[in-house]
Amino acid sequence: MLYFSKLRIIFITLISLLFIAIASSNLIKLDDDFFDKKINLGLDLQGGSYLLLEIDNAPVIEQKLQNLTTTIRNYFKEQNIKINNIKIENDNIFFNVDDQNKQTIIDTFTDENSDINPYYPRFKSHQLNIEDTGVNLKVNFSKQGIINLKTSSQDQAIEIVRRRIDEVGTNEPNILKRGNNRILVELPGLDDPMRVKSLLGKTANLTFRFVTNNQNDSFGVEKLKYEDGIEEATVSKRIIISGDNLLDAQPQMDTQTNQTIVSFSLDRVGAKRFGKATSTGIGKQLAIVLDGKIISAPVVRDTIASGNGQISGGFTFQSATDLALLLRSGALPAPLDIIEERTVGPDLGQDSINAGMIALAIGFLLVIIFMFVKYKIFGLITNVTLIINLFILLGILTLFEATLTLPGIAGIILTVGMAVDANVLIFERIKEELKDEKNNILAFDSGYIKSRTAIIDANITTLLAAIILFFMGSGPIKGFSVTLGIGIFTTLFSVYFIARLFTSLYVSKNRNKEKLI
Amino acid sequence: MIAFNKYYNHFNYISGILIICSLVLLVFKGLNFGIDFKGGTLIELRSSDDKINVSSLRDKFSQMDLGDVSVKKFGNDTDYLIKFENKDNKKNVIEEIKANLDKSFGNNFNFRRVENVGPKVSAELLKSGVIAISLSLAIMLFYIWIRFEWQFSLGAILALFHDVIVTLGVFSLFSLEINLSIIAAVLTIVGYSMNDTVVIFDRVRENLRKYSDIKIFELTNISINETLSRTIITSVTTLLALLAIYFFGGEILKGFSLAMILGVIFGTYSSIYIANTVLVRLRVSQKTVLREDDQK
Repeated sequence: MLYFSKLRIIFITLISLLFIAIASSNLIKLDDDFFDKKINLGLDLQGGSYLLLEIDNAPVIEQKLQNLTTTIRNYFKEQNIKINNIKIENDNIFFNVDDQNKQTIIDTFTDENSDINPYYPRFKSHQLNIEDTGVNLKVNFSKQGIINLKTSSQDQAIEIVRRRIDEVGTNEPNILKRGNNRILVELPGLDDPMRVKSLLGKTANLTFRFVTNNQNDSFGVEKLKYEDGIEEATVSKRIIISGDNLLDAQPQMDTQTNQTIVSFSLDRVGAKRFGKATSTGIGKQLAIVLDGKIISAPVVRDTIASGNGQISGGFTFQSATDLALLLRSGALPAPLDIIEERTVGPDLGQDSINAGMIALAIGFLLVIIFMFVKYKIFGLITNVTLIINLFILLGILTLFEATLTLPGIAGIILTVGMAVDANVLIFERIKEELKDEKNNILAFDSGYIKSRTAIIDANITTLLAAIILFFMGSGPIKGFSVTLGIGIFTTLFSVYFIARLFTSLYVSKNRNKEKLI
Repeated sequence: MIAFNKYYNHFNYISGILIICSLVLLVFKGLNFGIDFKGGTLIELRSSDDKINVSSLRDKFSQMDLGDVSVKKFGNDTDYLIKFENKDNKKNVIEEIKANLDKSFGNNFNFRRVENVGPKVSAELLKSGVIAISLSLAIMLFYIWIRFEWQFSLGAILALFHDVIVTLGVFSLFSLEINLSIIAAVLTIVGYSMNDTVVIFDRVRENLRKYSDIKIFELTNISINETLSRTIITSVTTLLALLAIYFFGGEILKGFSLAMILGVIFGTYSSIYIANTVLVRLRVSQKTVLREDDQK
């Protein structure tokens, strides 16, 4: 165990130096991208926001079912089958047909080449289920149908979220899918998390609709509140143009009224419809509705055929900028709820870094002093090993560009405390061996060999705990498990290669000395 | 040589009482779950005006219609930690609070940290925390079962349960907050306690093979003594590191390091006085290990 070949010594020295160099590269700025690797600081250290958004798919499902009732009615009308009493209840569509047509309808729905019920061969499932309840027919989304619907609304939502965040211009945002109805957003170094939160919290569903007093409007009417939450107006459900028709939107200053407005331009279809509506509707009030609230309802004075218009509504410059941003980036397919938020200000992050570093320095110093007092020369060997170990650990974290969190720093400090364990196990064992074995070298050999199982067992148990933490934990906790886990490997390396190298050099030189340890 | 075995019975009773007390506390008093597991909102504020104090801040917050609000000092004199349930999950609650505070105290507050955990997420976090701890106990059990004879496994697992339950009992007794980092601490304790037990067990097994004429009662004592200086040194260095985190690592790591400190103390104790006494009570002998060797 004591013998080290020249090649091995070179190998150990090189590896140690390499990691020390990599770890040190955190302190200096290099131009080369490849070598300029750095440990990433977690949001709790550099400040920033962590947001978990959940897509509320209920309105999407309701809307889809609503559309489906029309589709079903029209589709079977063409085949001269009359659908009666169609209604939606608890995410199910119910309808009645004559008994002789029942089977035809069921066959149409269960046919693999069905026109109105797509079949997913991969999942061996239709989008919709149909069932004869005896009283009527029941149609609802199949399990796979719901999953597909959720994934597609998640795909759309993540795209919109990304556009909105890019427009705000934060650096290096991290936007990820979680499950099939959640989106994780990490925004490092954000100045104003509230703004992003309010931007993400809005669906931004924009519609232009006429204000009407006619309760018998063929499209139906609804009462909507103004933004102030007090005034109300009755608005037709007929949509003149929607946010989909917008090409661009920008905040502007109206030079005549000195008000902040949002000007927009419409695509061709939108411009045509807008022109037609404004020419027939002169004198009527056109309500601009955003997420179910009326922003303003100006009176149409002229035909607007250019496809350019403006929205006024008592905006501040900030709110106009945000509205324009929302309109440019498009509407979310469904409302998003922020179900988890963790925001750390940059100064708290810096405080945490400082506290972590001080704790690391003090913890390190205490352990080093203790080990030196207890073991003298072998304490010194342990300490040097401990320092190299720390550098290797930091080097590996740098190499993988791992994310360092505050619990991660705690993990490093803990590693320092526990890393001496293996060395202590070995030294104590050697001491015992020396009681019976007078030959220093033989005693050292058997000390190393006999302590091995205990060391491996001890480290495997800690490693198992770290692995479970890694898979079950979130964010900062994951950072803890990473440093703890990597720390185990670096500790074993430094104990069995670096410390043993030093020990062997010392013991070979003092092979005849009594009371060696 | 210290006669640890003289006190096996005494400490078994003490441990039994500790576990019963902890369980009673856990069942009747329960744990003080933080917002991670209960849901709610947490705000860390720093004021730049020293005329502001806890009671004036508390009055202000209780007027804000937030339900049950707790306002506490956090670390130094200018930092405050505010917690409330946020039952209705109001969306703009932070903006409202900011506006309210600015109106009453002037713009003197820095919102250093805001955490908001919805009821759905907190339920999930609690579930995954419980799964993580159960899973780690199960994996440790499995590991020690393949490495040692069943008597040893039982001893190690009882020691583990003791450490986890008593640590949580202390948290319940002092109403210390349980959050995500405490779960991390408990898992690390599980690893540490196991580590400590395994080192002593390793020696017990080695000695069982070596001496056929020493009774397990004596043999455990010999093994504990032989590994004692290692046990002490490792606990001391680990505690030194943890104390450094506790005193200098900032407020956020206080709970975590306290749980770890308790865990290291209980873990060291239980390796000696629980794990080993199980071996004694189960009358482990040389046959136990030799039979196993034959099978291999």
